[in-house]
Amino acid sequence: MGIRVSLFAVLALILVAYVGVALLGLELLFGVIMPYAAMAAFLAGLVYHVIKWARSPVPFRIPTTCGQQRALPWIKASEVDNPSTAVSAAARVALEALLFRSLLRNTKAELADGSLAYRWEKWLWLGGLLFHWSLLVIVLRHLRFFTEPVPGFVNLLRDLDGFLHVNLQVLYITDIVILLAVTYLFLRRVVIPQVRYISLPGDYFPLFLILSIALSGILMAHFIRVDVVAVKELAMGLVTFSPTVPEGIGAIFYIHLFLVSVLLAYFPSSKLIHMVGIFLSPTRNLPNDSRRRRHVNPWNYPVDVHTYEEYEDEFREKMKKADIPVERY
Amino acid sequence: MRIYNAPSIIAGLLVLIGLLTFPFWYNAGDVVAAPEPSLDTPVLQGLQDKQCIEPTPYMRSKHMELLRHWRDEVVRKGKAIYVASDGREYEMSLQGTCLDCHSNTDQFCGRCHDYAGVEPGCWTCHLQPEENVP
Repeated sequence: MGIRVSLFAVLALILVAYVGVALLGLELLFGVIMPYAAMAAFLAGLVYHVIKWARSPVPFRIPTTCGQQRALPWIKASEVDNPSTAVSAAARVALEALLFRSLLRNTKAELADGSLAYRWEKWLWLGGLLFHWSLLVIVLRHLRFFTEPVPGFVNLLRDLDGFLHVNLQVLYITDIVILLAVTYLFLRRVVIPQVRYISLPGDYFPLFLILSIALSGILMAHFIRVDVVAVKELAMGLVTFSPTVPEGIGAIFYIHLFLVSVLLAYFPSSKLIHMVGIFLSPTRNLPNDSRRRRHVNPWNYPVDVHTYEEYEDEFREKMKKADIPVERY
Repeated sequence: MRIYNAPSIIAGLLVLIGLLTFPFWYNAGDVVAAPEPSLDTPVLQGLQDKQCIEPTPYMRSKHMELLRHWRDEVVRKGKAIYVASDGREYEMSLQGTCLDCHSNTDQFCGRCHDYAGVEPGCWTCHLQPEENVP
């Protein structure tokens, strides 16, 4: 069910952009107004969610500990898997964001001859890693449309990623990898019954959306050529706040741009917010120092306490008479 | 409203917004004009009708498809003559036909290619016109 809804939603978006540009001539709407609105919604949404999260107090340390805590000097501590300082917690978050280390612990539970067995399962880690890194490289490569002059690292990335050539033109490795990875991430949800059971439209829709964006981009690069200089004129107009709509860019470009705009606007209110959420996960970013530092719950109200010294002051004479030892006479 | 760990949160947000808006501040204040490929070569100066083999909009977006078509025709099918959409005939040759008029590759090809951040591999096999070779 979720698959069909998401697929039709993405197809409808493609149709909207096509009808809007090819039949109604709304290039200004799809080329300028929507991208600006989407970017504003994207940034505002990210800030809103971060602020919302930051308003939740984190009274206690709740890191997931995956290794030996720092203890006695002769016990070897696992600083990354059980960080004791903010620096090692930061290293842990960085490794999590860059390499998805927690997914490396992924296992598959199965019944083998009537008993529960845990199997090696690294495909999700591999598929996820390839997908995210490809997406990052593709986004960075697109900076060639948004910068003038094009910075050196963008050209370097183009040369490394574009190492392969086919039919007299560059074939980006990341373009191939992202198609394979997204296809895998989709098939995984369909084929594995347990994963399919918990998959919602909110899981399928971003996959179809990103797949359509990648496909429309690859179509433009290899099959339906558009005027790339005109595309860059439009992009530069957007980032220098002097928008122009050059003539003669094909509808396929506006479909691509509209899908990206939808992705940006949809991003903060969906599961995709994990882009920033990963850095604010208390189970990852807190050092495990509950035994070394006192953490005071910020919403504690002042409690009237009766200390032992006060107790003794109150009952000293009675305690002495009853032969109960006191600390001060 | 209370924000916990405010210094870290605000620093993180600034880094995030800074990275995501990179193109806006990288180009801030710049007026970026579209590239203008130069048509100032001796051969083009002498031409009465400065019409490329196909109309300009087609050449702008699809010249690479044309060159690829030429490659297939010449190398794989052994044909040498291209009949343009207006019936004129040309020899299918990058060096002999294209670069005959557009001998200023740095000011013609290069301007758009640099602007769009593409680097075609033409000169790994073909000879660049001499005036452009440093």
